Amino acid sequence: MTQTLSPSEPLADTRPVVSLDHVTKRFPGVVANDRVSFDLWPGEVHVLLGENGAGKSTLVGMLSGLQLPDEGGVLVEGREVRIASPARALELGIGTVFQHSMLVPSLSVVDNMALGGSWWSRPDRDGVARKMAAVCADIGVTIDPHAKVGSLSLGEQQQVEIVRALMRGSRVLILDEATAMLTPKGADDLGALMGRLVKLGIAVVFITHKLNEALAFGHRITVLRLGRKVGEIAPERLAALGPAAATAEIVRLMFGTGATAAEAVATTVRTRPSGAPVLEIEGLAVDDPSVPVAGIDLSVAPGEIVGLAGIDGNGQKQFAEALAGQRRLAAGRILLGGEAIERLDVGGRRQRGLRYVTDDRLGEGTVGSFPISLNLLLKQVGEAPFWRRGIEQPEAIADHARRLVGEFDVRTPGIETAIGKLSGGNIQKALLARELSGPARAVIFAKPTYGLDVQNIRATRQRIREAADRGLAVILISTDLEEVLELSDRVAVMSRGHIVGVVDNDAGARNRVGELMSGVTA
Amino acid sequence: MSETTQIGGDALLARRSGAWRERLRLVAMALGPVLGAIVLSGLVLLALGVDPIAYYGYVVDRGLINPYGLQATLTRMGPLLLIAAGLIVAFRAGIWNLGGDGQFLLSAVIVAALGPLLVPYLPVWLVLLVGLAVGAMVGAVWSLLPALLKAYQGVNEIITTLMMTFLGVSFANVLVKLAFRDPATTVPQTRTLIVADRLPRLFDTTVSSGLIIGLVAIVAVHLLMTRTSFGLKLRIVGANPRAAIHAGLNVPLLTMATFAISAALAGLAGAVEIMGVQGNVRADWNPAYSLTVVPLVFLARFNGFASIAFVFLFSVLSIGGESAARRTGVPNFFTLVVVAILLIMLGITEYLDQRRRAAGK
Repeated sequence: MTQTLSPSEPLADTRPVVSLDHVTKRFPGVVANDRVSFDLWPGEVHVLLGENGAGKSTLVGMLSGLQLPDEGGVLVEGREVRIASPARALELGIGTVFQHSMLVPSLSVVDNMALGGSWWSRPDRDGVARKMAAVCADIGVTIDPHAKVGSLSLGEQQQVEIVRALMRGSRVLILDEATAMLTPKGADDLGALMGRLVKLGIAVVFITHKLNEALAFGHRITVLRLGRKVGEIAPERLAALGPAAATAEIVRLMFGTGATAAEAVATTVRTRPSGAPVLEIEGLAVDDPSVPVAGIDLSVAPGEIVGLAGIDGNGQKQFAEALAGQRRLAAGRILLGGEAIERLDVGGRRQRGLRYVTDDRLGEGTVGSFPISLNLLLKQVGEAPFWRRGIEQPEAIADHARRLVGEFDVRTPGIETAIGKLSGGNIQKALLARELSGPARAVIFAKPTYGLDVQNIRATRQRIREAADRGLAVILISTDLEEVLELSDRVAVMSRGHIVGVVDNDAGARNRVGELMSGVTA
Repeated sequence: MSETTQIGGDALLARRSGAWRERLRLVAMALGPVLGAIVLSGLVLLALGVDPIAYYGYVVDRGLINPYGLQATLTRMGPLLLIAAGLIVAFRAGIWNLGGDGQFLLSAVIVAALGPLLVPYLPVWLVLLVGLAVGAMVGAVWSLLPALLKAYQGVNEIITTLMMTFLGVSFANVLVKLAFRDPATTVPQTRTLIVADRLPRLFDTTVSSGLIIGLVAIVAVHLLMTRTSFGLKLRIVGANPRAAIHAGLNVPLLTMATFAISAALAGLAGAVEIMGVQGNVRADWNPAYSLTVVPLVFLARFNGFASIAFVFLFSVLSIGGESAARRTGVPNFFTLVVVAILLIMLGITEYLDQRRRAAGK
């Protein structure tokens, strides 16, 4: 992705600007960080790599003042400090740019910069703009100080946050999953910017779970696994290893398994399913103020995976929700095994074997404060044998939960743990357990691997294949074209609320799907 | 698999000691504000030139130790427990029904008017049953408008239920003064249900059987919310309405049911207060029980059994406070001052607890 960009030479220095010294942080049921030591050197991009739930966010939280370590110390320039609040972190020169923007979209860039000033005085907009221009010139970015933040792209908003952190005198800049929301071009620009920042002597912490970015942008790489620091590759060693050997080393550290297995994609050749379609959709339409959906015709045979590709926000969510019964249909028919189900509610459709794995796992898929055992039954409340005459049967509920937790390998302290305390990958496993168990006939997966780490992505894709192999009709909604091409038998492309084409997934599929997505043949 | 069971075993041990600590923390969270409020109220009494020890002595004596005082305390608990039960259902389902006072008072007035009318024609037990049923229905009907607006239009129920309380209290007064006025008295009030026709007293005491109704209701509500599928559905709607829609629950219908149950219990409280204690409704009478019970239910963290304890404490305070007020010259309203300080202490405790949690401990 970034062959043109090579890490610049780090500046030499004798003492780390910030150190975490054997810090430990515990949460109920989890040790998030276990005696982790972490040094930040000026003039260096220090990459923090790890799967979801490896403890990266906790580590960042302790640096940026959101959390205090239970044990161990934080040293700034050799002095022990207590970073009890984000304000304190800023005072100490530690600025953080979080994954999700912390700017006010309705205010201009200058006004955002002036936030946090004293409340009684009028913001000195010109002064701020001048100071901003100076910082921008130093690091080689151009930002219109009077533009509304909401009108900027995500990459530009990130630049604003970086500039703001520097204007507040940050010597350490933490970029938390900074490239997750960016386009590849935006990620490259950010990488170049990081290179210019470290030339100014700033220490950058770059958190990611993408190996290629770690290698392209980083000088020093620390890998976390299950809360422990499992390895650190110093700049000299990283340079000596070269990209291929470094990749193998990091994969070994991250997953503890024999090297390249993580990257190798097992594309098993599946027998082409045939037979009468089990799920048929005819002329489905949904009213929606932003993306009205109309004229959807799709049929899925048992054992077939139909991928639904397209750029996010082109009606995929509306379509999925209408299919699952969460949204009213404006028109159309849905047949499941020949039976019309479009007039049934969510429960009725589920009973007949239609399942929906939502992408909004915490927002609507689960009740975060409820135990796992109840979340696994969220769509079966009141059904026997878990409830008899409306009375809860704790043994049956616990047995069911233990069975599914084991079968789907949900890593949890216990079945009574609140599901919101689990990592994203484990919440997804619980959702898959809920939707794929029992007599299912057709499953809709909405962005099933969104936000997961490599290992959970693999596990989830394997579940999808297994579901199809069991003879289920599968609709796979994904914005990740690679995923759609890897799993699907046929690929439908959705654009502006319509299906603009369906192609068989063969050698030429990538090009034709790409053309359909970009609207060339539409 | 063996790894996960290992983790599970460890966590179980940790959880047991953790559960104890958690329970201790909850007790401290509940009792801390109460003790703080007693101390601070004592300081206010000192500032008024009243000996706080004497005041609290009267409160404890007249509300708890003296047999008549204790009986009055227990009688007072009946309607308060019913209101608490109604609030628990609503709050756990995420519905902020603050219209209990309107539901209570309107039901009280209608039951007070209906009782003496029915007495000549029906046996006493049937009059009482009809009164309770009508009271519950009146309460439920008075919540219908906020319920419809919330369920189908998403209108904030805090505003609508409070507005319905203003309307309900005024309407109840109008009814007393214009429609149901007893012609035999000079002060405007409804006709009086004679003591023999009221809810039976327990054993040889003056405690009204309203206490039993209240206890049964609050225990039933606690079990309903924690042990049944219907209660679970209400809790899902309360904890995450979008998850409720995703799971296919009929959220509008459950919202309507929540309002109906909550308001019916408030109405039932009105009927119990009239047929067990007051016997009639005087014009401009409004004990405002519902808004007083709200902080008690919060103190109890929506737990039915803890609510019983707090309602008992409040009843001691309010019955004992009435006689302590007479003897020490402190206004009767001082009980409300204590409750208000309790509320502030509750808020401070909550704030400190959240800060402690935010600190990640």
